Order: sequence, then structure tokens, then C-alpha cells
Amino acid sequence: MKAAIVGVGLHPFGRYDGKSALQMGGDAIRLALADAGCQWSDVQAAYAGSFEATNADAVVSQIGLTGLPVRVIFNGCATGNALLASAAEAIEHGEHDVVVAVGMDKHPRGAFSADPEASGHPDWYGEAGLFLTTHYFGMKINRYMHEFGISHQTLARVAAKNLRIGEMNPKAWRRKALSEEEILASPMLNYPLRQYMFCGPDEGAAAVVLTRPQLAHKFAQPPVYVRAAELRTRRVGAFELMCTSLPLDRVDGPTQEASRAAFEEAGIGPEDVNVIQLQDTDAGSEIIHMAENGFCADGDQEKLVAAGDTEIGGRLPINTDGGLIANGEPMAASGLRQVYELVHQLRGAAGDRQVPGDPSVGYAHLYGAPGAAGCAILSR
Amino acid sequence: MTDSRPIAEGLFTWPSEEPHLIGSRCDACGLVVFPTAEFCVKCSQQRLSAVELGRRGTLWTFTTQQFRPPSPPYMGDESFQPFALGYVAIDGQCMVEARLTEADPEKLRIGQEMELQIIPVRTEESGRAVVTFAFAPVD
Repeated sequence: MKAAIVGVGLHPFGRYDGKSALQMGGDAIRLALADAGCQWSDVQAAYAGSFEATNADAVVSQIGLTGLPVRVIFNGCATGNALLASAAEAIEHGEHDVVVAVGMDKHPRGAFSADPEASGHPDWYGEAGLFLTTHYFGMKINRYMHEFGISHQTLARVAAKNLRIGEMNPKAWRRKALSEEEILASPMLNYPLRQYMFCGPDEGAAAVVLTRPQLAHKFAQPPVYVRAAELRTRRVGAFELMCTSLPLDRVDGPTQEASRAAFEEAGIGPEDVNVIQLQDTDAGSEIIHMAENGFCADGDQEKLVAAGDTEIGGRLPINTDGGLIANGEPMAASGLRQVYELVHQLRGAAGDRQVPGDPSVGYAHLYGAPGAAGCAILSR
Repeated sequence: MTDSRPIAEGLFTWPSEEPHLIGSRCDACGLVVFPTAEFCVKCSQQRLSAVELGRRGTLWTFTTQQFRPPSPPYMGDESFQPFALGYVAIDGQCMVEARLTEADPEKLRIGQEMELQIIPVRTEESGRAVVTFAFAPVD
């Protein structure tokens, strides 16, 4: 066990006009410190991530200029995993005793837009209308449905589940349940994905306080241990975002590789996990990621979702806070929002959304452009 | 489309009655990519040869773009029409991501045969068409 999480804080995701990403980051840190029962002056180092904030280390201006080292990490949608891993490694290596990881973001409304060249793509790719991340998600689930017999109804069921859980979560952004019929009647954005099957970019922050397992008793909360945090990028042949061409033969993607590495590091298997957070950029992503992370065979999702196995009371509770579909995605904060939820579940403090059966092992998965995945395993 | 210019130089043979996409084949490992590249992403070496890709292939997957993409970078005409895009597997070479000429997902089928076409993406103020590559269903 590398490190113990003793405090978590969440600035709820949503829209906060007039409030900066750095201010939300400062709030999340304050909440995490209060949860841990310690002071900012106790923190010896921090890891910070943000897409929108210039210099994420400027978050210290929102909490206190104590001179501590703050290292900035950004891996797109997988940033939260990289922050957690770096903070846990700093603890494990004996570099520091108390470390904070914080992710914060504030995205404009609508689809992500960027300069293709800055992402390593030629101008013509954007000019022709191909430079959209959502294309990938439509194409990936379309192929997956064709190969493994997943129905449009199952896409709607997953979106309905996450929105229904969002309605139960006072900290979620989208708090209105929608029926499968309403979801299937919403406008098509990228076939076969419809408006209410997608998450939206929004704003928010999340923070975590970590310490050495031997020191965990000094803090206010029972420790949750980081058992593994692995990140992988893509290999040639993986079907990833915004590839102008692909080889004819497929290989496993970064999710499969990071997942296998995380289970190996933790010395457990998918069957030992009690509560799961998966990257649900869209309903199709949650379905595919169930199999890519080893929780079921390809195609089994059709019956698992219909049987309610992925609900909070099911055998494989997935996205127990409503996931990205209900919370939106401030990129750098998203992964630590998953950790916030898992820590509450493992403490037995998730209230109405508590997974029954006293869960002891949690799993968090992130995936995003241009082809990076992070998988973390936490346990009591 | 006599009065036209390609969206970028070196993507496809143009003007041409039977245009081909232009990719690269790695001299060492044989990996074929589109468009041309200066190094191989599989073996990292820098000796590659230009290769014309086959004009026909099969549709591996597809999606649609139902709303006008953020602009910039999108440079299509203001009067947006939804379009489809997908990956077309070209036998013995690679899969290429491209726009499709058929926008209706109900008329597209994974596995169907497709053929390269050059289509306009916008009209410049001078009236000249800017053209790009796309794949059309073969019926």
C-alpha cells in the first residue's frame, strides 16, 4: 500500500459565473483539509492540474503562500489519475508526509474546440470538420454495437441510470431523471449517440489529502489506501481519438493495459471490486469500459444493464454518483471526483447512494484524448 | 470541378479522373499510414516511401455530425448540412478516416463497399471550390 487518503473535498461540478477555476480549487482543498482535520500549513507538497487555469500551481494564491513545492500535471481526461499517482508516489518514496492533489477546471459551454495544430493535427483536418472528439465516441460504440449486439435501448438505459443517480446526488450538476423514451427522443448528435447520452464540459474542482499509512491515525477520517494508480498511452493499432488512419489489425487500447497493470499492482482481480467508477463521456463509453476494465465479457453488457446489475444495489455498481453524465466533466477535476465518491463509499458515508454490503474495494477509470487511460484501485 | 483547389497539397492526386489518397509506407516495418509521414509511429525510423492508396474499401465504422462544428477550426459553408464520417478499410494497406457522401445513418452499413470521391467542402469568395476526400457507397 503506497499511501493513505485521509481527506477528500469536492467543489460541486456545474456552472459558476464569476468564480475562477483557481478559486474552486482553493475551496476543494479547504474542504479536503477540513475532512482530514488538518491545516494547509501541515501540507508539505501539492500536485495540481488544470486545462483552463494558467499555471495550476497558482492555486496556492487561493489558500496560502507557504512556499511548498507544487508540481503541475495535465493528462487531459486522465489527469486525476496522474495527480493521484504522483501524490501517492511522493508519499511512498518518503519524500513528504502530507501531500495534496487538486484538479480544477472551468470550460466554456458546448463541444470542446481547439487549434488542431496545437494537438498535432494538420489544419485541413479541422477545416473539413473532422476535429471533434465526439466523433470517436460515436464511431467506437457504433462498431461495438455491430460486433457485440448492444442495442440503442441499452445506451438509453445507461444514460437513464446515471441521470437517475444524479437526481439522488445533491452535488451533481444534472439532477433531473429522464426516461429511456425521453433519452431516445433527444436530438441525435453523433450517431448513435443522442444529446442526453453525452456528458457536457462544465466547471468544478476536487482535492485529496494523502499521508503515510503509519501516520493515518493522526487524522480525523479512517484511511482509504491507494492500492494502485496506473496510466497508459496508446500503442500502434489501438482505436483511439482523432486518428487520420489506423492499421488494419486492432490491438488492446490504453484502458485494457492500464487496467491489467492496476490489478497486477494491487494483487487482486475485477471480481474483488465492490464499487466502480468508469469514464462515461457518453453512455456507449460506460458500456465499452465495463468490458475493457475486465468487469464483464464483450456483449454481456446487454443483459447486465437490463437486469440492473450496474445499479447501486446491483452486482457491479457503476458510477454511483451519476458519473460524468450527471456531473459533467471539468477535465482535470473529474478523476478526483471519482476518488471523492469512492472514499465516501468505502467509508460507508455515501448516504442514499451507499452501495450495500459494506464495500471494501473501489475502482476508478479515466479515458480521454488523444488516447490515455488511468486506472486506480482503492481499498479500506 | 475544374475551378477547384484541394483542401491541402499532397493528400490526394488532383486533378485526376481517378484520384488516389497518398500515404506513406515504412521501408522497415511496412506500416501504411495516411497522410504521408516523416517517421514511422511503429518503429520510429525515418525512411518511408509515398504510396497511393486503393480507391475502394469497406466501411469499418461510422458516425454523423448533426450540428455545425465549432469554427474555427471548421471552415465549411455557413449553410451547414449534417454529414457522416467513418473509417474505410483499404485492403492490404490501412483504414482511413474520411467524410462519407451519404449523410443518413440508416443508409450506411458497416461492411459495405465504398469508393473514393473528391467533394467540395466550401466555396471561396472568388467562387472557387475547396475540395476534400470522401468515400461514397458503391451500389
